[in-house]
Amino acid sequence: MSASQAEGYAQTPIVFIALQTNDESRRIIDAIEADNPHAKVNAFPAMVKIDAPGRIVVRRESIEERLGRAFDLRELQLHLISLSGNIDESDDEFVLHWRTA
Amino acid sequence: MTTNKSSNIAKAPRKLSLKENYALMTRDLGWQPSYQSVDKIFPHDHFEGIKIHNWEGWEDPFRLTMDAYWKYQGEKERKLYAIIDAFQQNNGQFNVTDARYINTLKLFLTGVSPLEYAAHRGFAIAGRAFRGVGPRVACQMQAIDELRHVQTQIHTISHYNKFFNGLHDFKHMHDRVWYLSVPKSYFDDAMSAGPFEFITAISFSFEYVLTNLLFMPFMSGAAFNGDMATVTFGFSAQSDESRHMTLGLEVVKFILEQDPDNVPIVQKWLDKWFWRGYRLLTLVAMMMDYMLPKRVMSWAEAWEIYFEQNGGSLFRDLERYGIRMPKYHEVATKEKNRLSHEAWATFYNYTAATDFHTWVPSSQEMNWLSEKYPETFDRYYRPRFEFWRERQQQGKRFYNPTLPMLCQTCQIPMIFTEPDDPTKICYRETEYRGEKFHFCSDGCKDIFCDEPEKYVQAWLPVHQIYQGNCFLPDADPTAPGFNPLAEVLRYYNLNVGHDNGDYADSPDRRNWEQWTGRPGAPVEEEEVGKAA
Amino acid sequence: MSVIAAVPDYRGEMLDRQEKFHGKQLLYIGWEDHLMYCAPLCIPVDPQTPFGALPKEIIPNLYAEHPDVGLIDWDKVQWFRSGQPFDPDFAASVLDNGLGHKAIVRFRTPGLAGIQGSCS
Repeated sequence: MSASQAEGYAQTPIVFIALQTNDESRRIIDAIEADNPHAKVNAFPAMVKIDAPGRIVVRRESIEERLGRAFDLRELQLHLISLSGNIDESDDEFVLHWRTA
Repeated sequence: MTTNKSSNIAKAPRKLSLKENYALMTRDLGWQPSYQSVDKIFPHDHFEGIKIHNWEGWEDPFRLTMDAYWKYQGEKERKLYAIIDAFQQNNGQFNVTDARYINTLKLFLTGVSPLEYAAHRGFAIAGRAFRGVGPRVACQMQAIDELRHVQTQIHTISHYNKFFNGLHDFKHMHDRVWYLSVPKSYFDDAMSAGPFEFITAISFSFEYVLTNLLFMPFMSGAAFNGDMATVTFGFSAQSDESRHMTLGLEVVKFILEQDPDNVPIVQKWLDKWFWRGYRLLTLVAMMMDYMLPKRVMSWAEAWEIYFEQNGGSLFRDLERYGIRMPKYHEVATKEKNRLSHEAWATFYNYTAATDFHTWVPSSQEMNWLSEKYPETFDRYYRPRFEFWRERQQQGKRFYNPTLPMLCQTCQIPMIFTEPDDPTKICYRETEYRGEKFHFCSDGCKDIFCDEPEKYVQAWLPVHQIYQGNCFLPDADPTAPGFNPLAEVLRYYNLNVGHDNGDYADSPDRRNWEQWTGRPGAPVEEEEVGKAA
Repeated sequence: MSVIAAVPDYRGEMLDRQEKFHGKQLLYIGWEDHLMYCAPLCIPVDPQTPFGALPKEIIPNLYAEHPDVGLIDWDKVQWFRSGQPFDPDFAASVLDNGLGHKAIVRFRTPGLAGIQGSCS
């Protein structure tokens, strides 16, 4: 990472969510990408890490549209690898955020 | 039956929302005792000085309840074991890059898996100690998670044990082998503290701040090196880890919000456990830079992403409680370009007494290290490795036969250098009750000086060997020709000539080449030239 | 408070008191600017060992594999006790030189800076 990149990150604290790569998570990642245009999707071996300044929202409806079935946000647990940020979870949304952002 | 069915639907209760479900399945499980006082039932949740006025202030952001917990955990297990079966049936152990990679698994099984078990115990103990229902349920789930982790790791790695050396007695070794006192004492330190310190140490400082540096590189490294089994148990465990991390952040916020007097206590723990955890990660640093035949990223890069960037965001979020970055974080950042080199050189020195192999990096690997560490590798470390390679080619592989001086706190040999000078060993010392104590850093010295009565009890492997406590009962130190090193290795249950020593002439390498027909290590360019 | 404990006046057992070392004491030895031997070394010694045995036998044996060990000019060596420079009395014991149980003695060999000057 370059110094200017590091500086940019330091200005707005970033949150992230990392998911295993598999058939189901591909749709979840798609949904997160669509709902968070400010986020950056980084691919690593067997894992995808999504970084965004300030906030990431994971929406149940967006995932259901892509999976074509009902989805309980707690199913995220099956694919999650790691995350960073305060969590706010309801039936419809799973939000990661820093309050300083 | 159709009529019945429709009437059932009419009577079916409204589906509970996540929040209602959580309230019923968690808070509702508590009760007010009638014939014992609450203080007597929970005697251990106030001696640390932490003041809690309202246990209801606890929030579990995942709102995971036991019913959902079993459902999802069951599913994770089914997926995992299906893959492990397939891995075994397809001889997946031979699909890894080369047999050097297996040494990371040896390090993991002896150094990390027993900590999962210790965490299982620790969370069971902490859960029992808290009087609030929310944290008790969260601790209970985590205790079960940790047991699952150690079991899946043992199951997965046991398959490698059929083919490779050094994996046969990890629990015994964890309690005895010199370098394993580093992870063991780290967890013993946390478990022998009070419940609030334990949970701050493990859930927050380790899981939230540092665990990404352990699991992400390990598992990405496994994926990159073709080890499907380890990737699978790793990610299966890691999915629980997200919940644990969240618990960690929640714990710290909860304690800080309860009383301003809690702030300095928590800050002290954050300082201590950041440093303890960082020192422990020395093992991961060398794994990333030296032990993975195919590297994912360097330790320094991982430190930048997972600590400087993510950790920085986290601590900015906590500023409003009066919490600052952990003390000596800047020292850790100064050390990022030397940590892995100092560590690997240490294991190269003492690999006669380890359950895994070490080796001099190949020329291509040294070039990678030069590129990743332009300020340090060629200047300080390459000459050392090239000299060792030369000696090895002359049949005089260097082994350090004398035991090292250890740090009283982290128990790592005194290998670390001054924050501002990579050529000078960092020496710190103090006197307590008329005896000298030595440390590798200001961080470790501060921890000792804050609670000397705890750390004077450290079981330092080097001192224990010299006291004569690391021999089997049938060993006789007075017998003629007594060989103390051989006796210590027997006490470790190390199979000499198989488990230990350089990788170059190890049975692991020979077997690998025989079984797979592939080289056991990168072929050096000059050798290629010779062959042509 | 010297420890936060659930019971009052908690005291820990000192695990490395000198009497546990069968009549010997521990001595730590560090060679400045020479990190090929990755850490200072720890050896048990008789407290009456003359200090002169260090340069004469003990140190050359401990660092036998280092290419600089044969090049040391012992007359020029600088000695440090707990990091402070001192002039040892070579005929006196290590103990009488102020190096008791768990003392650290370091030495600097001017002109020698390890493998290719890398402080290895």
